[in-house]
Amino acid sequence: MRFSDEFETRFSEMITHYPTKRSALVPTLLYAQDEVGYLSDEVIAELAGRLGLTELEVRNVISYYSMLTTKPRGKYNVQVCTNIACMLRGGEEILDHCKKKLGIGHKGTTEDGLFSLEEVECIGACSWAAAAQVNYDFHENLTIEKMDKILDEYKKKGTQ
Amino acid sequence: MADVTLIVDGKKVTAPAGTLLIEACKSAGIEVPSFCYYPGLSLQGACRMCVVKVEKMPKLQTACTTVITEGMVVITDSEEVRQSRKAMVELLLGNHPLDCPVCDAGGECELQDMAFSYGAPESRYTEAKNHREEQQWSPVVYFDRPRCILCYRCVRVCGEGMDVWALGVQNRGVSSIIAPNQSDHLECEECGMCIDICPVGALTSGAYRYKTRPWEMNHVGTVCTHCGDGCKTTLGVRRSDTGMEIVRGDNRDKSGINNDFLCIKGRYAFDFAHNEERLMQPLIRKNGKLEPSTWEEAFELIGRRFREVRDKDGGQAIGVIGSTRTTNEENYLLSKFARAVLKTNNVDHHRSADFPALAAALHGKPGKTATMRDVLTAPAILLIGNDATNQHPLLAWQIRTNVRLRSAKLYVINSAEIKLKKQAAGFALLPAGADAKAVAFLSGDDSVLDSLAAAGTARDAWTALRDQVRGEQNLVIAFGSELRGADIEKLAAFASTLTGAKLICLADYSNSRGASDMGLYPDLLPGYEPAASASKFQQEWGSLPAEKGLTLPEMIDAAKDGKLKALYVVGANPVGRLGIDPFLLSKSFVVVQDMFLTETARIADVVLPSANAYEKSGTCTNTCGDLQLVKKAGEVTDCKPDFEMIVRIADAMGFDVRGLVPFGGGTHSDMGQTRGAQSGEADRHAVWLEAHNLEPKMTPFDPMAILDEIQRVVAGYDVSRVNLLAGADQHIEIAEGGAGAIHKPELIVPANDGLFSSGTLGRYSKTLNSVMENRSADVEVAAD
Ligand code: SF4
Ligand code: SF4
Ligand code: SF4
Ligand code: FES
Ligand code: FES
Repeated sequence: MRFSDEFETRFSEMITHYPTKRSALVPTLLYAQDEVGYLSDEVIAELAGRLGLTELEVRNVISYYSMLTTKPRGKYNVQVCTNIACMLRGGEEILDHCKKKLGIGHKGTTEDGLFSLEEVECIGACSWAAAAQVNYDFHENLTIEKMDKILDEYKKKGTQ
Repeated sequence: MADVTLIVDGKKVTAPAGTLLIEACKSAGIEVPSFCYYPGLSLQGACRMCVVKVEKMPKLQTACTTVITEGMVVITDSEEVRQSRKAMVELLLGNHPLDCPVCDAGGECELQDMAFSYGAPESRYTEAKNHREEQQWSPVVYFDRPRCILCYRCVRVCGEGMDVWALGVQNRGVSSIIAPNQSDHLECEECGMCIDICPVGALTSGAYRYKTRPWEMNHVGTVCTHCGDGCKTTLGVRRSDTGMEIVRGDNRDKSGINNDFLCIKGRYAFDFAHNEERLMQPLIRKNGKLEPSTWEEAFELIGRRFREVRDKDGGQAIGVIGSTRTTNEENYLLSKFARAVLKTNNVDHHRSADFPALAAALHGKPGKTATMRDVLTAPAILLIGNDATNQHPLLAWQIRTNVRLRSAKLYVINSAEIKLKKQAAGFALLPAGADAKAVAFLSGDDSVLDSLAAAGTARDAWTALRDQVRGEQNLVIAFGSELRGADIEKLAAFASTLTGAKLICLADYSNSRGASDMGLYPDLLPGYEPAASASKFQQEWGSLPAEKGLTLPEMIDAAKDGKLKALYVVGANPVGRLGIDPFLLSKSFVVVQDMFLTETARIADVVLPSANAYEKSGTCTNTCGDLQLVKKAGEVTDCKPDFEMIVRIADAMGFDVRGLVPFGGGTHSDMGQTRGAQSGEADRHAVWLEAHNLEPKMTPFDPMAILDEIQRVVAGYDVSRVNLLAGADQHIEIAEGGAGAIHKPELIVPANDGLFSSGTLGRYSKTLNSVMENRSADVEVAAD
């Protein structure tokens, strides 16, 4: 399978950072997921081959990390924190709102493929709780209203 | 390594530096409980059962990962330690189903034992347990996930031990699960090591699951009857309608040369014994059809016909084909019966390695053959030819373990990129069929270098490999049947230029070596004594036939010409295995002893149902020359050991069987009572008598009587009987034997069995067949 040139440059640079090839697995998985959207069977086979691992070993690692996924996700992956600080500041209500608005549950994906929703543990933004992350972008000091707007904006962006 | 002294529970304990605390405790007789720790596998530190208090360390330490240090003070049993272990067991039981009454592991489960010794009588968990139905991962491997305690032993033994890496751990924390390599099923070597090593009943086997309970079986330690490696296997047997049924095979007690290793064949392929096609009655050809008959009628007929042929046409009109799976005693008896009773030298067997050439090469030069145990400890190993992973699974296991744990150097010379290449420090690819050239090159003949390099391994690489090999001391050289005759002599000559080098000649069947050692050759008597000049055997056996014997192909030719009037086939299937046209045998009177109606049995005039190696006693010799005791485990009514049948045929021919089997003489003893207050006395007598080589041989069917003779007359076999009976393997020194012989190389026909096949026997193993079918199904799926 083919990845982008950017991926290839990163990969060949990264592989030199470690004494053994297999150590490059986790960052490689992350880059591949960013590029393909999820870790397909094809991606797994390719990376296993490149790093001298069995596919089973690659799957073992993927299953360990909740940020890695073998299933296609929506274009925008909405990750709402409900850990202690966010919970105290309305995180659970925000999550409920997202569920209702998007019509999906935890780890669900909307039919149009635009949104996925995830309830996550602390994302390190406690000082600005309640917080959520959409792909790599943080949204802080959230209220239901604010969250609602954010989702609308993404929807607009995604359907343009 | 220097010794380190520490104090454990107030006791002074000394062990070599570098020893793990758990092992040091064990050596001092102090038990530290463990689940995940397994000697020989990487450390896991997952279960925390082995925690102990080490003075000056703030928290409890895991004894399985702690290395001992001088002056260390350890407490393995205190309130704190007990509390901690109790909590661990409680957590493990938190989601563990309480199905011990039906679980395969019940009665020999490490979790049961731990819960009993270290656990709490009640649990504080009231939550519903996570249930998941049992999954079938392959014909052999089943997984009952809720029972798993996540010790990861299975993952490690499959990866590190087997080098298959078919099992993995997925998810994290309490959600962790053991996963097979093909997401919902396994594609692997089906060795069952993972099942065997599982401390609980999470991994169970297709062969044994839900069949019986450990305490309902008898356990008999004997030797695997498949390949030539000679693994010790403990068979679990129980009563059945037709005798004693084998339900399980393992080597959990780690006795024998294979420690706990068994491949699929040793572990599960005992099921041929209970195949419904098994013959249970003698068959005699009447009006062109094989009809059931009685033993008496069969023996009478065979005895009469054999005698007629011998007396009328002479012994040379009779041929004898022996087995590579019968015991040494049976092979010796057959060799003797052929010469002394049938008066023929026409004796042969399915040869899969050239031992006579090895005997010739090493004649009078002792100490040049390696044992299977040597492969585990040798500093270096050279493998020429053979795909050991598939053809000699134990040898491959020994090599891998040695490379992994002792950093042995492995050199591989093969015409294929065999799996062991991965462990090899040096690998050279041969052009097909050029094994002999490799030997010439090793011996210093550089003229072959160009043709060797044709397969892709460069000239420099070949030379570098040779330099490395030449620099090794105490090298074990194992070679496949690719090397025959004079090539073996050349290899032995090369080996003798190295310090301490030893050879292993690889043959395919469980007692190929024994068949060879016991003289199932036309020109060789037991111990590789040339038949032409065997005064020793003349004294033992009486007058021997003078005519030169025929080899197996020559016998077939003679049969074609109508000169071979009778053929006696004991536990062999030359028609099926050697591709012989059955029509060629139509003019001969053919007697076949076998378990099944094989291609050869189908054309026989008389077929006698025989017992297999799991149903008889005696000894067998593995491919390295390690002699081991075979013990009777299973039994199928109305099948007889080949030993008894040979004696009965001799008797039916009017031969005084005392001249064949030296039984009855010597010792007469009061065997005591076998019932009542003095019961057991007979056993006590027997133990002593056996140990002193004096056990009464009360019938001519007692193989021990022939073992006496073997030990007396077959060179190299005079090993300690006590050790043998105790179950120890003992090495046979081939160099002490006769001069051997250089035979035509084409007389060797490799069995070409892989992991899931085992000659004719394998065809009757449902386990092996189902694995093969499963595989071809997978291939089909992959193709579309
Ligand atoms: S049966 Fe053997 S090869 Fe297969 S998973 Fe178990 S340990 Fe691995
Ligand atoms: S299946 Fe058995 S051996 Fe494997 S991790 Fe679970 S308990 Fe341990
Ligand atoms: S390696 Fe050979 S002797 Fe050992 S269990 Fe397998 S078939 Fe039997
Ligand atoms: S608790 Fe939500 S970001 Fe830390
Ligand atoms: S045995 Fe030490 S942690 Fe498992």
